[in-house]
Amino acid sequence: MSELSVNHLLGIKYIQPEDIELIFQTADHFKEVINRPIKKVPSLRDITIANLFFENSTRTKLSFELAEKRLSADVVNFSAAQSSVKKGETLIDTVNNILSMKVDMVVMRHPNPGAGVFLSKHIGASIINAGDGAHEHPTQALLDSYSIRERLGEVAGKNVVIVGDILHSRVALSNIFALQKQGANVKICGPKTLIPKHIEKLGVSVETNLRKALEWADVANMLRIQNERLDISYFPSTREYTQQYGVTKDLLNSLDKEVVIMHPGPINRGVEITSDVADSDQAIILNQVENGVAIRMAVIYLLASKIK
Amino acid sequence: MTKQKVLLSSKEVNIILHRLTSQLIEKHEDFSNTVLIGIQPRGAFLAKRIKSLLEDFYKVPNVQLGLLDITFFRDDFRRGDKTLEANSTIIDFIVEDKNVIFIDDVLYTGRSISAALTAMQSFGRPKDIELLTLIDRRFSRHLPIQPNYKGRQVDVINEEKVVVKWAENDGEDTVYLISK
Repeated sequence: MSELSVNHLLGIKYIQPEDIELIFQTADHFKEVINRPIKKVPSLRDITIANLFFENSTRTKLSFELAEKRLSADVVNFSAAQSSVKKGETLIDTVNNILSMKVDMVVMRHPNPGAGVFLSKHIGASIINAGDGAHEHPTQALLDSYSIRERLGEVAGKNVVIVGDILHSRVALSNIFALQKQGANVKICGPKTLIPKHIEKLGVSVETNLRKALEWADVANMLRIQNERLDISYFPSTREYTQQYGVTKDLLNSLDKEVVIMHPGPINRGVEITSDVADSDQAIILNQVENGVAIRMAVIYLLASKIK
Repeated sequence: MTKQKVLLSSKEVNIILHRLTSQLIEKHEDFSNTVLIGIQPRGAFLAKRIKSLLEDFYKVPNVQLGLLDITFFRDDFRRGDKTLEANSTIIDFIVEDKNVIFIDDVLYTGRSISAALTAMQSFGRPKDIELLTLIDRRFSRHLPIQPNYKGRQVDVINEEKVVVKWAENDGEDTVYLISK
């Protein structure tokens, strides 16, 4: 396969396993490119990309912007905090105004689930979802799988446990879809209050005991407690959460195998993982960040090549 | 119906490879400051052949060979129907101040070599860059690019295609002219 089956990347749910493989193969080449003395290629010099961030982001926005610039695309940035959204403009109006300025592609983060899907039905530009509420964050899931593939050789057949706040996490949902499409086994681990009801229907198993989950796993993806999304108390205290679900070096050393530790960032050091775990060789957190740029370059390149 | 005609037989390809390799030695002697860069994908086969001839037959030790992929530097992105698929770039040496020899199988419009010249800038500033090509399609250049070393010059109309086959990949060393 040499091109994507979709014109937008709205979620992992909407793409095929072959798309994931193509993105990974393309990312391999971009990873080599971003390790050259001059990290830039001229492929997208006639493409303009708008980064629309209706919700705060540091690393995702930075990573997308770097990916775009390394492909030589022209980039315009927009963040809701300084815009007419505050004056009551609708999403479609905002985006259409930006597209009137001849923008070819939109990278969007939005607090409402489904914002990307909604927009794709109303505008002509190619859309990349950079996170929509608690729904999906496809490029994060792709870079997570890519990092697993890089460390362990392949994703198929691996046991991956996602630990933490599953309920509010778009990273969790996209990861479940991505890992399953590549043939990995997925387990969810966290306090019952932070695990969505009926999540087993997605084909994942649920475990509330962290030690048991880690004994089963090859990879543990530690999610952040999203304090900004916790409208009510889901657990008695952060200290109690850490005692039950925080990964420490002692806990990892007591297992009879080496579990690869991942984290989508930003880390709350001492909450979901301790500093010595985050900085250890078992953790591939910084590899994830590096791979993020290569994966986003691959996604943008492959989608841009379908713009006629 | 497509017709195919043999432009170069296996024996002719072999003679030409020896001549091209000898010409390289005449100019670059011991290759101490010279590196070979095969242009991906099809130039890689020719480049590997020349490297092994240099080392095994002409006993020039330690010839450095890199492979350069030009996909992301091409000027026809989004102009065709298909997504341009990339190949690996493997250049694990420094090109700064080196004599670089680009190696490709067929020189046609010159656009690939133009892209390769741009791509090379990402790796440093070579002392000079030369071009070696097995087949030079005369009168079909879009850009002012000419080979320094050429195997065979051919006059081919645009509708015709020159296909170079290599034993290690296609089972035979032969150059075909394919016409509709």
